[in-house]
Amino acid sequence: MHINKEKLQFVFDAKAKTFAYTLMGIGLVSIIAMFIVDGQHHAEHYHLNRAWANVFSGAFFFTALSLGAAFFLGMQYAAEAGWATTIKRVIEATSLYLPYGLSILFLLFILGQLHIHHIYHWMAEGIADPSSPNYDPVIAGKIGYFGWFWWLRTILYIVLWTWFTLQLRKNSLEADKYELGGDNHAYHWKNVKLGAWFMVVFAVTSSTSAWDWIMSIDTHWYSTLFGWYTFSGLWISAISFMTLLIIWLRKNGYLEFVTESTIHDMGKWMFAISFLWTYMYFSQFMLIWYADIPEEVTYFQIRWESYKSLMWFVLFINFAFPMVLLMSRDSKRNFNFLAFVGTIVFIGHYLDVIMMVMPGTVGKHWTGISWMEVGTFLFYLGLFIFVVLKNLEKAPLLVRNHPFLEESLHLHT
Amino acid sequence: MHPESEIRTPLILGNKTYKQITDDIIAPIEGKTSKWWYFLFTVSLLTALWGIASFTYTIGEGIGTWGSNNSVDWAWDITNFVWWIGIGHAGTLISAVLLLFRQKWRMAISRAAEAMTIFAVINAGLYVSLHTGRPWVDYWLFPLPNQFGSLWPNFNSPLLWDVFAVTTYMTVSIVFWYMGLIPDFATIRDRMVHKGWKKFYSILSFGWGGRAKHWQRLEEVSLVLAGLSTPLVFSVHSIVSFDFATSILPGWHTTIFPPYFVSGAVFSGFAMVLTLMLVVRKAYKLEEYLTIKHIEYMNILIIVTGSIVGVAYLTELFMAWYSGVEFEQYAFLNRATGPMAWSYWAMMTCNVISPQLFWIKKIRTSILATFILSIVVNIGMWFERFVIIVPTLCRTFLPSSWATYTPSFVDIGMFIGTIGFFGVLFLLFSRYFPVIAIAETKTILKTSGENFKKLAASHKQHQVEQH
Repeated sequence: MHINKEKLQFVFDAKAKTFAYTLMGIGLVSIIAMFIVDGQHHAEHYHLNRAWANVFSGAFFFTALSLGAAFFLGMQYAAEAGWATTIKRVIEATSLYLPYGLSILFLLFILGQLHIHHIYHWMAEGIADPSSPNYDPVIAGKIGYFGWFWWLRTILYIVLWTWFTLQLRKNSLEADKYELGGDNHAYHWKNVKLGAWFMVVFAVTSSTSAWDWIMSIDTHWYSTLFGWYTFSGLWISAISFMTLLIIWLRKNGYLEFVTESTIHDMGKWMFAISFLWTYMYFSQFMLIWYADIPEEVTYFQIRWESYKSLMWFVLFINFAFPMVLLMSRDSKRNFNFLAFVGTIVFIGHYLDVIMMVMPGTVGKHWTGISWMEVGTFLFYLGLFIFVVLKNLEKAPLLVRNHPFLEESLHLHT
Repeated sequence: MHPESEIRTPLILGNKTYKQITDDIIAPIEGKTSKWWYFLFTVSLLTALWGIASFTYTIGEGIGTWGSNNSVDWAWDITNFVWWIGIGHAGTLISAVLLLFRQKWRMAISRAAEAMTIFAVINAGLYVSLHTGRPWVDYWLFPLPNQFGSLWPNFNSPLLWDVFAVTTYMTVSIVFWYMGLIPDFATIRDRMVHKGWKKFYSILSFGWGGRAKHWQRLEEVSLVLAGLSTPLVFSVHSIVSFDFATSILPGWHTTIFPPYFVSGAVFSGFAMVLTLMLVVRKAYKLEEYLTIKHIEYMNILIIVTGSIVGVAYLTELFMAWYSGVEFEQYAFLNRATGPMAWSYWAMMTCNVISPQLFWIKKIRTSILATFILSIVVNIGMWFERFVIIVPTLCRTFLPSSWATYTPSFVDIGMFIGTIGFFGVLFLLFSRYFPVIAIAETKTILKTSGENFKKLAASHKQHQVEQH
């Protein structure tokens, strides 16, 4: 197979940089304006809630997305998958936003602990103290799970995820250096092992982190499925973003060695994981709705009452849209079309994060999606694109010496 | 053809040709029936007869003959139903989901797994039809236009969804299984010498001629069926879980149930495939088609699904505490420390701890260890359903209606009987049907056969030397 050597190295050119800077610029201005405007809102227990909730949503969405990419990468190794070898560098670059995203989140958590924002109700002063006016008996019952224990877990997630992601990348780069001949698969086997261990770590931490960081916003509420629901969301977000990035790179003359079948496979993943997400959504929603137990149903009650149109919209664009539009083989092989659906799903899952965060923070003061949400999203999007493309530049777009490279270069289904 | 990486382990060992594959797989059908087969068949048949006796007794006397009581109104019947339906999950997963994932190793096990699926679902069906109490009016379960006044099934009930889900699953599974069998039946037909058997396989093969058009239609139908079955893999056990989860009973009502049941079902299904195939490969000398690598892959899937189930158990346990609802908390306290705590810990040991042994390569590539652990897993999965159903119902909201439960001899007889019945069906299948998909296995010979892989490697070496 002929491979154009000049296009093996991605160049983060001025045009793309300007685009990322513009997004960040618009975003930053909107965020500042959002804090000013939201500061005018005076209600009891409301202090810049919407502004902080937006800043948090964006931070979480893109961090989770890169975590999804890291999971996807680890899974390819653990499952001996060959099809995705030609797009491995794209997956790696997407996962490398993780340390940045986690840093932003960590900063936000510290601000919460300093009572600068009130995203987490359990962080409030005296919440478990019966003599305090803030006392909440339900939260007091589970306060042992929060406090220092919560911080310990948070630090553990940050350290473990970052370590695995960077290690997977390091071995991948090391493998490139080997010349053909001899046992040059040593780094591949290292990553297979690492990938399998990451799956174990991820199996536990993906659920617990979802409880810790998202579910605990609605501190009273609980749902056993919540961890897997969040997981399916971050997985599909990662898939849709990576598909968009691959198509964009191809349009710019890169990745011509990626076969149509590989992109078609990404389309299949998008289709399949959209179903997985919907399955989780339905299972959680239907069971809570059907049983109608007061402790549980509150979660959907506020969504039903104050976020109804957004709630149905999110379900519609994240399920019906990919289901109908990506059903046929031709649609998954038409890259403009695939990019269109990918964009919709990508935005749809950002809105899903909004739906997870806003009702527990902004509550009834919600007025619908506005420039505040759009602006914050654009800021993080710009930052994310910048970090991902910067990392994409750091290594050749095609891996070398990978034992499944030939399979992937000739993938045809 | 795709070039396959040389680091991939060959999936067909030895120096095989297309003809050799046919010879090897059909050998048990053409050969004489072994004494072992007759022995096992007799044992299974006798056990099945015990089951039939218990079924007959139940129909004659009513379900009062069971150990169930006013508080524990669901017990062994539903436990066994869910157990069997769960076992019946591997077949569709292997033939549909692994097909979509282009997993070549599924060829060795897909046929037997699909057959096992169907037999398991038949057994499951026996329990649901019987536990209605009046099985002769079971057709009322279907929304038929009727003369019973306004008597319609309750469409809001997950039990009714179950009727639809299970019958759909059964139908699609049978069609899928049979479609794949058609070319293989034709192969057997063409080799049979005895006139009667030739006629038998000729009828079964639907006049298959092996023309390009026939293959093309078969491939098309297989893909459509794979697409149809994949959602079914999820729907059946999700809906089975709804039977419990739509209630308000602590320990039953929990949102994680649907995916956790599906994962548990795949877990037990793979374990059952392993139990059966380890015997079949030895008895029919199919070690070169169902290799240690195949066993290793299945064991890895056992680790994955077992760990998912483990995460779900711990999630439930944790959420019960985290919820702050005392009923939730008590339900789990009762499971883990109550009078039936032994069943909870049996479940935990068999399902969560024992599969972790497969992390050790020596264990997951050992046939004996795999065989033992596959049975341990199925015992564990039986206990899982028992734990969900019986200890929960023994102690619900009102202490005044707390009860205990012991199975009657009829319960036990029915359960043992279904195992015997399953054995009868599987033995018949393995005697007269090809246990490995012949035509499908041939499609991977040139990429994954040991001899062809060696050939490809030597070609490559040659090329490097020439450079």
